[in-house]
Amino acid sequence: MAEDREPRIVGFLCNWCSYAAADLAGMSRFHYPPHLCAIRVPCTGRMNPLFVMSALRRGADAVLIAGCHPGDCHYVSGNLTARRRFSVFRSLLEFAGVEEGRLNLTWISAAEGKRFASLSTQLTQRAKELGPYKGMLRKRIGV
Amino acid sequence: MRQAARRLLEENTVNLVIGYAWGTLPLRTAPFFARTPAEADRLVYNSLCENNLVKYLLRYSKEKLGLVVKGCDARSLVVLLRENQVQRDRVHIIGVPCTGVIDRRKVMELVDGQEVTGAEVTVEGIVVRGEGFEKDIKTDEVLCVSCRGCKYGTPVLYDTLVGEEVRAREENFGDIRAFEALPPSEREAYFAQEMAKCIRCYACRNVCPLCYCTECFVDSSRPQWLSRRPATADNFFFHLGRAYHLAGRCVDCGACARACPVGVDLMKLNRKLIKDAKDLFGYEAGLDPGQPSLLSTFDPNDPERFILGG
Ligand code: SF4
Ligand code: SF4
Ligand code: FES
Repeated sequence: MAEDREPRIVGFLCNWCSYAAADLAGMSRFHYPPHLCAIRVPCTGRMNPLFVMSALRRGADAVLIAGCHPGDCHYVSGNLTARRRFSVFRSLLEFAGVEEGRLNLTWISAAEGKRFASLSTQLTQRAKELGPYKGMLRKRIGV
Repeated sequence: MRQAARRLLEENTVNLVIGYAWGTLPLRTAPFFARTPAEADRLVYNSLCENNLVKYLLRYSKEKLGLVVKGCDARSLVVLLRENQVQRDRVHIIGVPCTGVIDRRKVMELVDGQEVTGAEVTVEGIVVRGEGFEKDIKTDEVLCVSCRGCKYGTPVLYDTLVGEEVRAREENFGDIRAFEALPPSEREAYFAQEMAKCIRCYACRNVCPLCYCTECFVDSSRPQWLSRRPATADNFFFHLGRAYHLAGRCVDCGACARACPVGVDLMKLNRKLIKDAKDLFGYEAGLDPGQPSLLSTFDPNDPERFILGG
């Protein structure tokens, strides 16, 4: 695996907002780096920390979870439960030595195409600074 | 203890008492099942009673049980009640105020790994002997890490209390604070060393009273989250997943760590989560069956300073 490869970011985007925001960013022809691979989830409340670990395990250098702003969740409170779970899980990963910044959570509404573009730029920058994830979760060939 | 168990069996309040009896090896007690008053006379209780017997409540679901529980064990029972896994009227809780459980590994360190052929419990601690040595050890020198800062030695819930209530110790997360202060690379290196030891026997999961899923994520094949091989990366995946599934539920009983045949430092992850639950949400598991679960509830004002882009 080349050291200087481009970062790989997996984005778990809520169907009702952030995923639509990504579409909007595209339709509005905003420029943003192409490193984020979007996975559509029905709600951030669907997020399972095992998804995050699997992404890191299979090659992601950073993970983004993006959902509706607090109060706007299509299922009322999926994002609020997700926020609490995320804060616990994020802290656990960092404690175990996974660098801060590999795992990210944010809110992007369907109307915020601009915000989507600027946050993915920001995140790509962050992932570049961190470099490839080579931590313990990463699957190693032949090990 | 024996008296209490005897009476429960004689009066048919319960038809089975699960407690502890001496095991076949020195320094060991083993779970013991007393069905008759005579059998109840073999029960013992001391600082070597390291299992959390609440696990058996799930397995012996048809009988009316008398169950011996320490302070932390009682809290795990409260979590099970809270999660509707057991019925309160099915169990007669024989609570024992606990002053701490001995970590056998620490005892072995103190005798430089020499073979212990006999051990005796004293008021202050234990006396261990082997070929050409005898050593007097105070319980406080060899306490499990969780017991050092245990506030709930006296069970929070019981039907019969055997013995005097004990004083709460002062909360102590010194081990976790010190670890948090290390640079990330050192923390990862430490876990790499711990994870490399794990042989994935799943004893830690199997003894935990709060690990009761019929299909554990490690056994699932669709999707298969992780490889079955005990490779360090998969072990890490397993342990992070396991610890997280116990977030806001683990009661710091330490049974998992004591069950581990290779001494993986499981309490590092567990206690980190306990500390976070306390620091971030003021939450402590297993104090009240009416208390909502930490991770299935929320507060609109939960902290979110970590949100990307503000
Ligand atoms: S008991 Fe120890 S060796 Fe067995 S799976 Fe748990 S940590 Fe690994
Ligand atoms: S994870 Fe370990 S310490 Fe926590 S409740 Fe289960 S057995 Fe006890
Ligand atoms: S529907 Fe978007 S976060 Fe719940």
